[in-house]
Amino acid sequence: MIRKVAVPIAAIVVFLVLWELLVWINDWPNYVMASPSDLPAAVMKFWMLFLEMGWQTLWRTVIGLLIAIFVGVALGMIMGFWRIMREALYPLLVGFNAIPKATVVPIVALLFVGAHDFNTVMIAFMISFFPIAVSVSIGLSTLEPEYRDILRSLGASQSTIFWKIALPKTLPEFFGALKVSVTLAFIGTNLMEIVSPHGRGLGSLFDSGKTNSDYPLMFAVLIALAFLGIVLYYVVVVLENIFAGWAEREPS
Amino acid sequence: MNCCGPREGPASTKFESITAASLSGLIDIRDVTHAYVTESGPLPVLRDLSIAIPEGGFVAVVGPSGCGKSTLTRLIAGLMKPDSGEVWLHGEKVTSPRSTVGMAFQNPVLLEWRSILKNVMLPLEIVPTTLTRREQEERARKLLSLVGLDGFEDKRPSELSGGMRQRASLCRALVHQPNVLVLDEPFGALDAFTREDLWMTMHNLKAEEPFTGVMITHDLRESIFLADQVVVLSGRPATTQHVMDVPSTGPRVLDDLYTPEAAERLNILRRQIEIAQGRAPADAGGTVS
Repeated sequence: MIRKVAVPIAAIVVFLVLWELLVWINDWPNYVMASPSDLPAAVMKFWMLFLEMGWQTLWRTVIGLLIAIFVGVALGMIMGFWRIMREALYPLLVGFNAIPKATVVPIVALLFVGAHDFNTVMIAFMISFFPIAVSVSIGLSTLEPEYRDILRSLGASQSTIFWKIALPKTLPEFFGALKVSVTLAFIGTNLMEIVSPHGRGLGSLFDSGKTNSDYPLMFAVLIALAFLGIVLYYVVVVLENIFAGWAEREPS
Repeated sequence: MNCCGPREGPASTKFESITAASLSGLIDIRDVTHAYVTESGPLPVLRDLSIAIPEGGFVAVVGPSGCGKSTLTRLIAGLMKPDSGEVWLHGEKVTSPRSTVGMAFQNPVLLEWRSILKNVMLPLEIVPTTLTRREQEERARKLLSLVGLDGFEDKRPSELSGGMRQRASLCRALVHQPNVLVLDEPFGALDAFTREDLWMTMHNLKAEEPFTGVMITHDLRESIFLADQVVVLSGRPATTQHVMDVPSTGPRVLDDLYTPEAAERLNILRRQIEIAQGRAPADAGGTVS
């Protein structure tokens, strides 16, 4: 248990030391690259803003992610159960996923002018639902027919088969995809925050650091984003352990 | 040791006597013909196939690969309907799945997220039962102990060996006290020694929890050791090519497989399989039985 916490923390410390060394050896000024020792001052200067903007980024990411889970699971179920829907939807989804979301941001911003929260949530959702839809559909469509037969031969209904077998069996794939989606959703939220000038979220704090040539602030925002990303990621890990912990084999 | 007596010999086990007594079977497959629809046209798999299995009987179905044996198990379980012909269980025509059937496959398909005990109890969550929760658990534990899995009730399937998983899968197939057990190559993926252990387990189970069964297998030794009748199917589309009764005069032991009678039976079955595969002319079949 101690090892589980100590090892990652030690790794982070080593990383920060190497970063500090890199800046120190090259004698970079902080407008080329800020060093970790510049960051506490940058955060302290605007700590109220960090809290406020961090919260805005966090809740919009989480809402976007929740919508992505809902829509992704629904799409995955449709594609997993009906082959014709899979054949119909796959190319569409792949094409949609291939479009860089940075190009979608201005379109969405123009489409719903002024609805900043809504737009941000939309982008977070759009960028993150794809892995969930794909994994759920693959999980459901690769269910071995014997699993179905075992329950069907007892007279079980389709919904019983879904709840007792298909759903739990898909959970490991679902959580694998969710870990990817969590970080993607952050990228989506920040894209919107940086590109559209509404002054909300860590993205806009980053942007104001840029316009004011406050380089340590920009780096501090990056670290804050990384921190939020880690927190959300581990929330997913905890949920995974609760709901799909059985998929983890004991180390032998 | 003396299990492989002449076919006309006196029936000495309970199952044998019922075989002699009943005319129509508990499992009655009548003139079943079936074809799958494929992109290159219909693919006939079964043609006028009839098999009758009396109550308590255990029939092994052998035949060349891909001759439609698995289709047969799905028909009996009511998972699909034949193009023509009928399947009757217990005097009722099978048109849909029924809870009086227990199934086990080559793949034990245990649910990885459940304990072994909960896996075995799965059918009781679906089939209507009068047992209380406690009685259900007792029944599952009793079956697990019958197959030698005491102490493994709370383990996950991934912690068990292949043979143990198959044992658990057999318990699950029997937990709701089905009249009919349908086994589709249940021991096909196990190594030879484990397989022989499982054969003995099957005999134990049958003594404690009598069932009427059909087993698909590719192992001829398995077929004559476990079944009291072996049905050889022809190549696709499959129909009954040969029927061999395997009477027994007492509990079977593995040594029975190394007697001249057993060798002769295996020889006949092998010849029949070769005929079914089209590798030997039809008149090459043995004359015995």
